[in-house]
Amino acid sequence: MTVLVDRDTRVVVQGITGHQGTVHARQMKAFGTQVVAGVTPGKGGDEVEGVRVYDSVREAVDRTKANASCIFVPAPWAKDALVEAVDAGIRLCTIVTEHIPFHDMLVMYHYAKAKGTRIIGPNCPGIASPGKAKVGIIPNLVFRPGRVGVISRSGTLTYEIVAGIKDHGLGQSTCIGLGGDPVVGTSFVDALPLFETDPETDLVVLVGEIGGTAEEDAADFLRHHFTKPVVAYIAGRSAPEGKRMGHAGAIITRGKGTAATKVAALEAAGARVARFPYEIPELVAELLAKEGRR
Amino acid sequence: MVKLAEWRGKEVFRKYGIPLPRGRVARSAEEAESLTRKGEVPLPCVVKAQVLAGGRGKGGAVRFANSPEEARAAAAAILGLSFKDETVKEVLVEEKLPIAKEFYLSVALDRALRLPILIVSARGGVEIESVDDGQIVRQPIDPFPGLSGYQKRRTAEVLGLVGGAAKALDRLLDGLWRLFTAEDAELVEINPLAIVGDALVALDAKVIIEDDAAFRHPEYAEIRDDRTPLEEIAREKEIAFVQLDGNIGVIANGAGLTMATLDVLKEFGGSPGVFLDLGGTDDPKKVTEAFLLMAQAKPKAVFLNIFGGVTRCDTVANGLVAAMGQVSPSDRFPIVARIRGNNEKEGIDILRAAGVTSNPSLKESAQAAVALAKESS
Repeated sequence: MTVLVDRDTRVVVQGITGHQGTVHARQMKAFGTQVVAGVTPGKGGDEVEGVRVYDSVREAVDRTKANASCIFVPAPWAKDALVEAVDAGIRLCTIVTEHIPFHDMLVMYHYAKAKGTRIIGPNCPGIASPGKAKVGIIPNLVFRPGRVGVISRSGTLTYEIVAGIKDHGLGQSTCIGLGGDPVVGTSFVDALPLFETDPETDLVVLVGEIGGTAEEDAADFLRHHFTKPVVAYIAGRSAPEGKRMGHAGAIITRGKGTAATKVAALEAAGARVARFPYEIPELVAELLAKEGRR
Repeated sequence: MVKLAEWRGKEVFRKYGIPLPRGRVARSAEEAESLTRKGEVPLPCVVKAQVLAGGRGKGGAVRFANSPEEARAAAAAILGLSFKDETVKEVLVEEKLPIAKEFYLSVALDRALRLPILIVSARGGVEIESVDDGQIVRQPIDPFPGLSGYQKRRTAEVLGLVGGAAKALDRLLDGLWRLFTAEDAELVEINPLAIVGDALVALDAKVIIEDDAAFRHPEYAEIRDDRTPLEEIAREKEIAFVQLDGNIGVIANGAGLTMATLDVLKEFGGSPGVFLDLGGTDDPKKVTEAFLLMAQAKPKAVFLNIFGGVTRCDTVANGLVAAMGQVSPSDRFPIVARIRGNNEKEGIDILRAAGVTSNPSLKESAQAAVALAKESS
């Protein structure tokens, strides 16, 4: 096991008969992932991209020993899909679906946590470890096996940055796109310990955005519990003062949440902060060279 | 998000049994006078501008009246007022109550805790940001048990309420919590919550409903936010579109990549005027609509920065070419393109056939867009 996924990861795709489910089941297989089952209630017995479709996750797990799920089910039914996966014993769920109401996600997160299931997402690119497995939708062409870990709150910006690492002649150990929704299953602070203990990761690239305090919390974690070098980037430094989420939002985040506070916190925790995406690969190469890892 | 004006927020409060002053909305000075003359709103009364911005009291947008004539004059002074970029079209006319004390109460989402949080302060009626942290009590609420009895008792203690007032608070908090969950609210805020005799009354109401839950709340679909007309069209077409002050249009996919693109443009002296986030779409028609919308915003140059994932590069290229055919020559704009990712080669070929070259460097593309915008202004 590297970080969460490896060659033994067996994926069930929930919502495989939809357009996105079908496209990405194919892409996951092309990546080398064991996609063992699909689930769409009422379509049991069909086949999509050479993958058998079942009516329920329970049936898929019983027949195929699936141990991870990738959820493409539309937002109004996403909560049901997640609960079904958790109840069938799946312990890793990537939720690609966007626009899930955060009230649903609150219930999903706390339910999954209580039952021991990790959620990545929602509204996220998912997780991939080149040469091993992918549970999500990050384009295959950005990867190359290597020793750089990537944790990102963004979607397409993750692809941009992961591709930049590859273009620079480096490779990735595991990449996780956490998603940028108000409530996410896995945060920076949840993901960082996995990379700290991963023998295949030498350095972590942390990609954040303005809003919320996830990057400040990550900085706090880096300061006390993380020993590997970190390169960070925060998108939105030039963004106009956003429409604020009322006064209560302001006092929850008190003096945090801007690009400036995030950059300052990360720098104070010892991370090298890139100002632009294209600076990241050079900083990564520089730090790896300093560690004598390259 | 859908921010509700005070009077709409109060209609929602009423549904959940949260006590309110007697009041009505007026859209003209005559209406305000007649509401008070007929006794539908008792005197003395307060006349409040219905705008979404805060700080109305200091801005002259809240006035008191002791007679129907004064109510008319107050409404006349407020209606049509321009308050922080909003024009006042409605006033709320409400009875003025003898207030003993004012508190602050809200339920919001704490993203870091991944829990809703009940925020209480005995210091209400002022901007909560100005209240000292030591005077604010925050209680996370787990969605499974929901708001618990001990949390309500703690709230009463913080506010110094006993007896009938504490019972009233208990009921009010239940209503507030039910509202927060059942209406899919992002924020429910009462500031001030007033104590009037032994009763509690919500003098103001701030309610924000989450957009993603719109599918189960058709009742909020008609409420318009503070968007520009083009932003409104974009919303109907489900395209994220924000107008800024500059002259470069940015079309990207995904919020992070869009923001990173703006950051780079600014670094090279560019000034983004519109940004349009295609999100994850696989539909060339939607892409065409997005470009046509961009044309209406009349940018000096457009920077197209796409990393194809769910949105494939050829889909974007085809959408762009179709749109170019529909834009009149006078409305055309120079385009700098950078497309990478899924079906990259196909996309680049389609663009090349249409006379647009894709440059893989973010830095060079941004510099080119800035130069083009300067040339054509």
